[in-house]
Amino acid sequence: MLEIKNLHARIAEDGTEIIRGLNLTVQAGEVAAIMGPNGSGKSTLSYILAGRPDYEVTEGDILYNGESILEMDPAERAASGVFLAFQYPMEIPGVATMEFLKVAMNSQRKARGEEELKIPELLKRVKEAAGALNINMDMLKRPLNVGFSGGEKKRAEILQMKLLQPKLCVLDETDSGLDIDALKIVSDGVNALRSPDRAFLVITHYQRLLDHIVPDTVHVLYRGQIIKSGDKSLAMELEQNGYAGIIDEAA
Amino acid sequence: MNVHANPTLTTAEKALVDTFAERFSTFPGDPNVAHSRDNAIEQIKAGLPTRRVESWHYTDLRRLLTQVPSFEAGAAPQKLSTVLSGSTVLAVLDGVADTARPALDGVTVDRLADLLQAGDARVNLAPDAADDAIGAINSAFVADGYVLSVAEGATVSNPIELQNIQAGGQVHARFSLKAGARSSATIVERQSGDGAAFVSSVSTLELGEGADILWVIVQDQAETATHFGQFKAKLAKDAKLSLFVMNVGGKLVRQEIFVDVEGDHADFRLRGINLLGGETHCDVTMNLGHLAPHTTSTELVRNVVTDRAHAVFQGQIRVARPAQKTDAKMACNTLLLSDEAEISTKPELEIFADDVACGHGATVTEIHPDHLFYLMARGVEEKIARSLLIKAFLAEVVEELENEELVARLEEMLDDWFVRHA
Repeated sequence: MLEIKNLHARIAEDGTEIIRGLNLTVQAGEVAAIMGPNGSGKSTLSYILAGRPDYEVTEGDILYNGESILEMDPAERAASGVFLAFQYPMEIPGVATMEFLKVAMNSQRKARGEEELKIPELLKRVKEAAGALNINMDMLKRPLNVGFSGGEKKRAEILQMKLLQPKLCVLDETDSGLDIDALKIVSDGVNALRSPDRAFLVITHYQRLLDHIVPDTVHVLYRGQIIKSGDKSLAMELEQNGYAGIIDEAA
Repeated sequence: MNVHANPTLTTAEKALVDTFAERFSTFPGDPNVAHSRDNAIEQIKAGLPTRRVESWHYTDLRRLLTQVPSFEAGAAPQKLSTVLSGSTVLAVLDGVADTARPALDGVTVDRLADLLQAGDARVNLAPDAADDAIGAINSAFVADGYVLSVAEGATVSNPIELQNIQAGGQVHARFSLKAGARSSATIVERQSGDGAAFVSSVSTLELGEGADILWVIVQDQAETATHFGQFKAKLAKDAKLSLFVMNVGGKLVRQEIFVDVEGDHADFRLRGINLLGGETHCDVTMNLGHLAPHTTSTELVRNVVTDRAHAVFQGQIRVARPAQKTDAKMACNTLLLSDEAEISTKPELEIFADDVACGHGATVTEIHPDHLFYLMARGVEEKIARSLLIKAFLAEVVEELENEELVARLEEMLDDWFVRHA
């Protein structure tokens, strides 16, 4: 489903290279965890997948279902099924959360040539999805993410993921800022979406999240490259021994 | 006004002076009114203000006002459907007030033309100051309008909509309202029309003790029109005035707002939205005086400027020596959407009391790229994401109005502007 080939990318503004020859393949139905120390390029990778204009790809390619997405803008990528759950979801004053959900869902449907959802059907879907995530409708009347607690923001991200039904879900540090109850709610939300035609890229600093969202593969990202891949036991190893051993080994 | 001796008149100044000479005999008024008109035209003859006149620094009228149409309008304009349902309409069509006036409980309505003719003391045509170009133009030419008075303690349940509508040509109108003590009313002032009209409109409002007025000005003139608006209000003790101004039309626009908060515990609130595209020049100039203790005010103006348009906001707050415990806050936020769009903003505080809280702030931004990315990352295409963010920037101001119907109608008008400027 996702094939990243020899990807090199830099910050557009100052030219700092962050991703330096990254290779990664994720199959449909797979949950791949990306782990790595701070500054290894984890968040950058997630932004590049979503198409954030602050980064420039200088070499290599990103194939999604066999086709390059590098020329697609973020909206086109989203409509084709790529979803990024942000580590720090942006607060957008003046845009009511419910209104935003309506516009987002119908924009994607329109881009795919599907009919737009009518308000009652839309409300029904939102209510159902929100209930399971412990999100009340009052929260959805508030401006998008404005004044939401850390946990509320993360739950709102998962709500969007549930409603938009993407095919490639990139979760950037979804566990950061969550207490154990919220972590469980969020993980249950993600697990409920696991399916043979959907892939997940779970980016995390800690093994903790992977107790709840059990990965099929684990990849260690360091200085913009995948330096080691394995199964879930690799995450355990990292938890016990830290990154130092693996970094030394790869050097 | 310009004090340079005998400047050569510009085309526009000459047109004003010539039209005045031709039309003078047709203007209503007793000898006193005629005298005021004469003084006003002398002020115009001395030259329209240039950037050297401080209050006109960003709107060089002498340079920007390039032509003035004749009085002859096109087809007769029609009344507009009202902003709020159940409103009573008082219309000035092509500069002439309706002779039929609806009966309104607790409100007396007079035609300005009648009062001018009778030399009624309620009408004062003298411009405020030497730099009051709008006052001078209006005083020289004004022919009609309405003079309203709301009885003490009256609650006017239905909104009153003042419509100043023209089909091109020149129109000079005046509206005034005296709100008796503890009265309350909602007034919508519509400034609208077709073609390259030249419009001046002066509204004056006097709030008695404890009066509570919501006044909404909606200016959506044609894209070729020149519109000069002036709003003057005085607030007595405990009075409350909420003024909402929306400019979504016109080529050359100046809306002046002069408010004196004269009584203790009176409160003034200004909310403004200005949308500018094409080559529009839109200037909102406010001069607010806090003249009594324990008075409060908040002013929030938001501009969206695109293409080669130029927005101006000047906001002056004067706090007089006796006006202790004044609390005044002013903010002007602008979204610039194109490289050639321009905003000039000048806040001014003049404080003579020593125990006051006064603040002002101005921001100029583009659409936040992170916000745009976030919306696009959810599949919202760029054009829609941008308009969503612009509307969000304005919604915060509009939604403060408590009347849901008013919010909905104003948002429709904003949408119309977006459709025209997409």
